[in-house]
Amino acid sequence: MTLYLLLAVALLIIGLHGLFVCAQLMRKILALNVLTTAVFLLLVVLAQAAEVLDPVPHAMVLTGIVVTVSTTAVALGLMVRLLERRGGPVSGRDRDSRNS
Amino acid sequence: MNITLATALVAGLPLTAAAVAFAHPRVGRMAALGTGLLLLPVLAVLVLEALRTGPWRHNLGGWTAPLGIGWQVDALALTLLALTTLVALAAAVYRVAEGRLTRDSRYRRYFWPLWLFLWGGLNALFLSADLFNLYVILEMVSLAAVALIAAAGGPALAAAWRYFLATLLGSTLYLLGVALLYGQYGALDVSLLSGRAEEELVTLAAAVMITLGLLLKGAIFPLHFWLPPAHGRAHAAVSAVLSAVVVTAAFYLLLRLWFGPFAGMLPGLPAQLLGLLGAAAVLWGGVLALLQRHLKMVIAYSTVSQLGFALLVFPLAAADALPDQAHAGMLMLLLAHGLAKGSLFLAAGCLAWQWGSDHLRRIGPPMAGGSLPAWIAIALAAASLVGLPPSGGFVAKWWLLESALAARAWPWAAVIVLGTFITAGYLWRILRDPLRATSVDSAVVPAQGPPLPIPLAMPWAALLLALAAIASGLFATALRSAFAAGGLAG
Repeated sequence: MTLYLLLAVALLIIGLHGLFVCAQLMRKILALNVLTTAVFLLLVVLAQAAEVLDPVPHAMVLTGIVVTVSTTAVALGLMVRLLERRGGPVSGRDRDSRNS
Repeated sequence: MNITLATALVAGLPLTAAAVAFAHPRVGRMAALGTGLLLLPVLAVLVLEALRTGPWRHNLGGWTAPLGIGWQVDALALTLLALTTLVALAAAVYRVAEGRLTRDSRYRRYFWPLWLFLWGGLNALFLSADLFNLYVILEMVSLAAVALIAAAGGPALAAAWRYFLATLLGSTLYLLGVALLYGQYGALDVSLLSGRAEEELVTLAAAVMITLGLLLKGAIFPLHFWLPPAHGRAHAAVSAVLSAVVVTAAFYLLLRLWFGPFAGMLPGLPAQLLGLLGAAAVLWGGVLALLQRHLKMVIAYSTVSQLGFALLVFPLAAADALPDQAHAGMLMLLLAHGLAKGSLFLAAGCLAWQWGSDHLRRIGPPMAGGSLPAWIAIALAAASLVGLPPSGGFVAKWWLLESALAARAWPWAAVIVLGTFITAGYLWRILRDPLRATSVDSAVVPAQGPPLPIPLAMPWAALLLALAAIASGLFATALRSAFAAGGLAG
């Protein structure tokens, strides 16, 4: 159990590091995903720590995963529009010239 | 009307309307306006019930606290629900009128569904008493807000991105704190936790995580960096709701937690620290507002500054001299600030349409081309924001000041007075140039031609909100007793 707790802390640090240090937008999104995974791991560890296996944290993690899928989808959509505007690697220039 | 039904409608109505507006984009406007008009009587029923029987709790589906999700209805929740409804309704009217001026863009059909999701999320947030349920609602509010900011396109996209990262990090920190609390006490309900939480290391760690997350979401100094560009660049109607209610929602959760489960730890360092952050926000936000050149940016920085006043409630209530007065002042401040801020953003939107820019030197004089109603709205809202009697802003600051003087907390009293002067300074700057110029020809900068005509409903929406901000001060005594009847300290 201690091992999993340490793992959660390590994931937390990796996520925070990625969020603040990485310049690429995609990496920031991945860092946020790692960060939420750390919290989910903590919740699952808590569920196991209870004397009788506690189902509530499991339900929380399941709901959390659904929320994370939605936020990641919005993040990716926003990133694509942002890169289109900057003319970045999503071939934004081509699309702009076609529109005009 | 049945109270259970009324409580359910508060959150259910906007969410249903959002689904309808998504499926049938043509009825989006009607769905938004109809939601606002229907919510007014529903809220009136709840307020009357609270005045009659005091605050109450509603267990969803009849399930009680450890497993079920509870809703609490009290003065704090009802005040913020009323504020949300008024601002969102006025901003929706503004947006519908503005719609005639714009051409169709490909994202336009998503505007009203997102607007209604934001609205429903906010309403649910002010009712819910379950920390995990609140996490889901916070995410819903954030996603809708991010999408609404991004809908303005152009430079707003970068602002939306920064807001998105900040608010998502905030939610994750919040969830981490909630997980720690659950691990320690096996409860998610705010009132259950209030009974169980003790002063120990885990609770402190959870409090730090949750507070950090909410400070980030509430744009409280020094974590306010994302707010001015996001609120300054969004559509005016969106900025109005974001500045008036969405940041207040994060602050609302801070209140619920620090005067609930964490109340035992509040006196001493935490209260002083939160107060110091508030004082720094008042001064720093105010000084930066003085330096801005664009009307909407001045208003956005003023949000950072004004929310700082509300944070003073923590040291003042912890000082225990006149805690009720501090609570009432803070609640009045949230109400008056929200109404005035919504009005300022809508009026700024009107002027930006008319003169083609919201640069302070490009906005024309009040007498030119029918921009008078918008200017009156700005003047009235500014009067309330500064705190001129008899406005709501005056009453709010007066109550806070009374509480500070009773506690002999001179530094906090000084912050309130100094912050008021700075507020007067930056709002006077907005009014100064246009007031000097009496016609288009003598405007400070050569005019860019006559102002565009805009639908009258746009400035009138702003004007009505400004009048509401003033009126909240006129009815201060009645509001004070209503706050007391509804269980003030949450």
